Amino acid sequence: MYPASFEYVAPATLEEALETLGRYEDDAKVLAGGQSLIPLMKLRFAAPRAVVDINRLPGLDTLAAGDGGLRIGALVRHKTCEKSELLGGRWGTLGAAAPLISDPIIRNLGTVCGSLAHADPQGDWGSALLAMDAEVVARGPDGSRTIPLPELFEGPFVTSLAPTEIITEARVPDPGPAAGGTYLKLERKVGDFATVGVAVHLAMDDGRVGKAGIALTAVGPTNLRATAAEEALAGSDLSDEVIAEAARLAAEAAQPYSDTRGTADYKRTVVRVFTERGLRTVREGMA
Amino acid sequence: MKVTVTVNGQERSAEVEPRLLLVHLLREKLRLTGTHVGCDTTSCGACTVLLDGTPVKSCTMFAVQAEGREVTTVEGLAAAGTLHPIQEGFKEEHGLQCGFCTPGMLLASKALLEENPDPTEEEIRWALSGNLCRCTGYQNIVNAVQWTARKLQSDSAATGAS
Ligand SMILES: Cc1cc2nc3c(=O)[nH]c(=O)nc-3n(C[C@H](O)[C@H](O)[C@H](O)COP(=O)(O)OP(=O)(O)OC[C@H]3O[C@@H](n4cnc5c(N)ncnc54)[C@H](O)[C@@H]3O)c2cc1C
Ligand code: FES
Ligand code: FES
Repeated sequence: MYPASFEYVAPATLEEALETLGRYEDDAKVLAGGQSLIPLMKLRFAAPRAVVDINRLPGLDTLAAGDGGLRIGALVRHKTCEKSELLGGRWGTLGAAAPLISDPIIRNLGTVCGSLAHADPQGDWGSALLAMDAEVVARGPDGSRTIPLPELFEGPFVTSLAPTEIITEARVPDPGPAAGGTYLKLERKVGDFATVGVAVHLAMDDGRVGKAGIALTAVGPTNLRATAAEEALAGSDLSDEVIAEAARLAAEAAQPYSDTRGTADYKRTVVRVFTERGLRTVREGMA
Repeated sequence: MKVTVTVNGQERSAEVEPRLLLVHLLREKLRLTGTHVGCDTTSCGACTVLLDGTPVKSCTMFAVQAEGREVTTVEGLAAAGTLHPIQEGFKEEHGLQCGFCTPGMLLASKALLEENPDPTEEEIRWALSGNLCRCTGYQNIVNAVQWTARKLQSDSAATGAS
């Protein structure tokens, strides 16, 4: 399969990349890992006039935690996250999601920020990062702005990014040391997208839940936050009853549809079971 | 546009359209047909090559992206007519039947053993889970990687002792 012809630009600086995007107005595409864009171009679902390869831009491969929380640069690959020892403990939701994305070879190239820009409701990073209240930093012709994920994801494969903007990094606020999380994914085989995925994140405060994040993959038009479930958990003692109620509310928040991967009812049940299992796992991990 | 890539240790240049995929640069321009196209949809791993030592699917990368970088294909494994230990392992343990998936399997296995010289069976299965095989049922592929790991370890112990 051959993509339609395009012009290829591999800028050496971010300024040059932005200038190139501006020149093609809304007809250029950023190329990061290429593991979603190139398959789409081969199928001619995408046929941009120009491709702006950001892989040679310096300084975008930082994965580090500091005062401002965790920073995930635009060229941080899924594999880097999978191998990073940093992504345990308080960042455990992210560490659990990384090895479940695609397959090991795709993970060598695919990026976290590329996944967010792609906005596939079946993407795993969207949920893991929603549960952790992440935002992205987007650089455009008029400077930088930060976009919280709920505002980034507008619909299936649709974001609020302008075609002339580049995500330079994702930022995750530091939930403090008494936090943890996990990510559960049901897939038919390695390399398949999620039938259902559930991201769980908890930040504890003096033995009770301070803040809870629950987000769902593949059961809606975007990755979804299960807000009612989060509210039921906040301030609670994480008893079995609270967990069961939160799981019920998460299943209620899901908007599943029937397809080859399963019926809507089945997927809703998996959301409930995974939310319950995830919360118990995190509770035990922090005990 | 012109692209220059070091392929199996040799600098090679070609005039290409940006839309040319790396696998087609290798197979059609450089006539290195050991790299196979299976699914053409990023799923099977038959087209796996090493890019600066890291396995990538060459059907899902443009040739121009490899500018200035090093690519290793299955043709680059055997040095001066001597099989690479991973090739020997696949031969000894019958790690192939039709051979279609084998170039990708060999390269993904080589990269695994460089990173982790003594992998568990689970780690081998995990590392090769992006490479599909329609023939072997995988068991002999796992055996082949284990054979190679033992061989490389005993070789390096022997070198260390001498
Ligand atoms: C067979 C297969 C299975 C997969 N399975 C899964 C899975 O189970 N779970 C999962 O989450 N994903 C899966 N993926 C997708 C994979 O994770 C991709 O790596 C990811 O969706 C996109 O990241 P990328 O860096 O490859 O982006 P690219 O393909 O380079 O880009 C994707 C889109 O985002 C835009 N973009 C990329 N980076 C930026 C940026 N910094 N700023 C602005 N726009 C940008 C591009 O213009 C393009 O529109 C799978 C892919 C394949 C081919
Ligand atoms: S041909 Fe490239 S992954 Fe199948
Ligand atoms: S040996 Fe035939 S596909 Fe693997």
